[in-house]
Amino acid sequence: MNPINAMKLKIASFDFTCCEGCQLQLANRESHLIDFFELLDVRNFREISSERHDDYDIALIEGSISRRDEVERLLKIRQQAKVLVAFGTCACFGGINSLKNRFPLDKIVRDVYGDMAVETLPIRKISDLVKVDLSIPGCPVSKEEVERIIVSLATGSQVTLPKYPVCVECKQQLNTCLFELGEICLGPITRAGCNAVCPAGKTACLGCRGPAEEINMPAFLELVQERGLNPRDLQDKLAFYNAFEPLATDET
Amino acid sequence: MKRKSSLDVHNLTHAKDNSLPLKREYSLDIHHLTRVEGHGNIHITVRNGKLLDARWAIVETPRFFEAMLQGMSAEQVPFLTSRICGICSISHSLASIRALERAMAIVPPPAAEKIRLLAMHGETLQSHALHLFFLIAPDFAGTTSVLPLIQSHPEVVRAGLQLKELGNEISTVTTGRCTHPVSLVVGGVSKAPDKQRLLQIKKMIQERKPALERACTFFQSLTIPDFVRETEFISLSNGTTYPAIGGQLVSTDGVIKDENEYLQMTNEYTAEGSTSKFTRLSRSSSAAGALARFNNNHHLLHPKAQEMANRLALKPICHNPFMNNIAQFVECVHILEDAEELINALLDMELSEIRTHYTPQAGVATGAVEAPRGILYHHFETNNEGRIVKADCIIPTTQNNANIHLDVQAIAEQALNEEKSDEEITKLCEMVVRSYDPCISCSVH
Repeated sequence: MNPINAMKLKIASFDFTCCEGCQLQLANRESHLIDFFELLDVRNFREISSERHDDYDIALIEGSISRRDEVERLLKIRQQAKVLVAFGTCACFGGINSLKNRFPLDKIVRDVYGDMAVETLPIRKISDLVKVDLSIPGCPVSKEEVERIIVSLATGSQVTLPKYPVCVECKQQLNTCLFELGEICLGPITRAGCNAVCPAGKTACLGCRGPAEEINMPAFLELVQERGLNPRDLQDKLAFYNAFEPLATDET
Repeated sequence: MKRKSSLDVHNLTHAKDNSLPLKREYSLDIHHLTRVEGHGNIHITVRNGKLLDARWAIVETPRFFEAMLQGMSAEQVPFLTSRICGICSISHSLASIRALERAMAIVPPPAAEKIRLLAMHGETLQSHALHLFFLIAPDFAGTTSVLPLIQSHPEVVRAGLQLKELGNEISTVTTGRCTHPVSLVVGGVSKAPDKQRLLQIKKMIQERKPALERACTFFQSLTIPDFVRETEFISLSNGTTYPAIGGQLVSTDGVIKDENEYLQMTNEYTAEGSTSKFTRLSRSSSAAGALARFNNNHHLLHPKAQEMANRLALKPICHNPFMNNIAQFVECVHILEDAEELINALLDMELSEIRTHYTPQAGVATGAVEAPRGILYHHFETNNEGRIVKADCIIPTTQNNANIHLDVQAIAEQALNEEKSDEEITKLCEMVVRSYDPCISCSVH
């Protein structure tokens, strides 16, 4: 028996309603990849392997839930997994898929498929259906963060996410603030951990990592108002990933 | 969007009355085929030596992007459509941007066009490397995944990882992130790539060309299944460069259409039991992707890529779907050469004018790009605020589904006639599907 192999994490990756971009991040950071997979005993990962085993401990769940067969599959995974991870924004919050919930289901089916019957349910996040042990937000997840979390799980240390907002990471890079460029950016209220990748690329943060802890929402709304920025734009941005509560004043 | 529903692809059939002396009984039911993006099933039934049924069924959960896009501002559209696909997000972003720029008469600055092209090269390189080394190499090496190959074929895996990493690095330097780009925007790009980092990726390209050579030795050693089913290959074509963003829509059967006439090129229809749609043009099916691009534009590849095609016995017009893998590899050679030239051009340019500011307006247009898996169409109608009134996206894998379906039938039939074992038939059917590099979540969107 190899004592190192015995410590490998028995992991499985499952995808639901999503683009599979988060799973794909697992195959990125190629120069670290062989070492990364050394930590893992991949039991089930359809996108890269034809091996399928059901004796995993950790289940990464990518995507949100929008069909009955998905609900059944998720419940079964929950029974097996010791640690069930909501992996990525769709799993954590519903993600962009939730934009569908703005319309009646029969309308969207008709718009896309015409007369053909296609089953679809309103989008739900993973924690709406089963207990989630760990959430890793991001659209897509950041591989660096995933590596750090996997190492924590392998060594039995505590897994933490940054509590502060994206603004902190953005300021550290001395980026021009998007508010200075006349745009609404959700950096002041969104949880950090992405290295402020969007504002660093001069595009507004759309909040894929969800709210930071202890955010000052009234101050943020005041900032948007003071600068005379478009309230509909704010509403669109807050709704983009379904990661923020809709604003009471903006409900129509 | 739906246009026709009278056709049922499962009535398209190549199965003939082929009674065999052995009176074989065989049934194959692959639920959620592995090593492809998304969820598809293969069903084959042989009774009394006859191929009763062979089908490719797409069971992916639909996300309804065309509905979700309604009311979205032009500015946000590329950030939404990039999420159609975790592998080809840059292509989706650029197809949307092209459609919106054409609809609202916006001309992006020349530097932005070069940056976008370089970004597409990065994406196609990572996508092809993922497919070639992670998804299909295990079939040829007789393993279930790439993981055992790390021990058995370390040089091949290392070459694959080097090329994939290079592709991701090119995408990151040009768009801010390798999946779901941040700086591709309507009007141009929001941020120019840093010239130091452009120099770094140029150096990486030069250092990694030997990886192509090592991989070539591997691809030369593969036994490509002997299977041909004639079909129609559709791609973009501009007559002067190997296609990437925009151009005419052409087919190997001689059809030529303008970009905005995409509906006449696709004739999309729904099929019961499949959440992905199907398309057709002059025949009952057609193919998009690397092999289609090669078949229509081989003379526009970089000379080194043309040389690689010769070495790997890829000749136009090739009708063996397994050669799509080889065409992808040939494109990797082209990409490394062309990316180097693009970087040189960008290094010589002032990268200050990268974004055209615009006033949103009402309009309607199509944006077509060559995504890694083939021609991708986004078509939008905007209102005078630049918000989406109507959206339509037609995905490369959607255009390949009918061809995949008919290939599964034809190869199962051929394998039966050649008296191949059940395991061999299963493997060939799986391999023929994988050779298209299907992106199923994308095709259903």
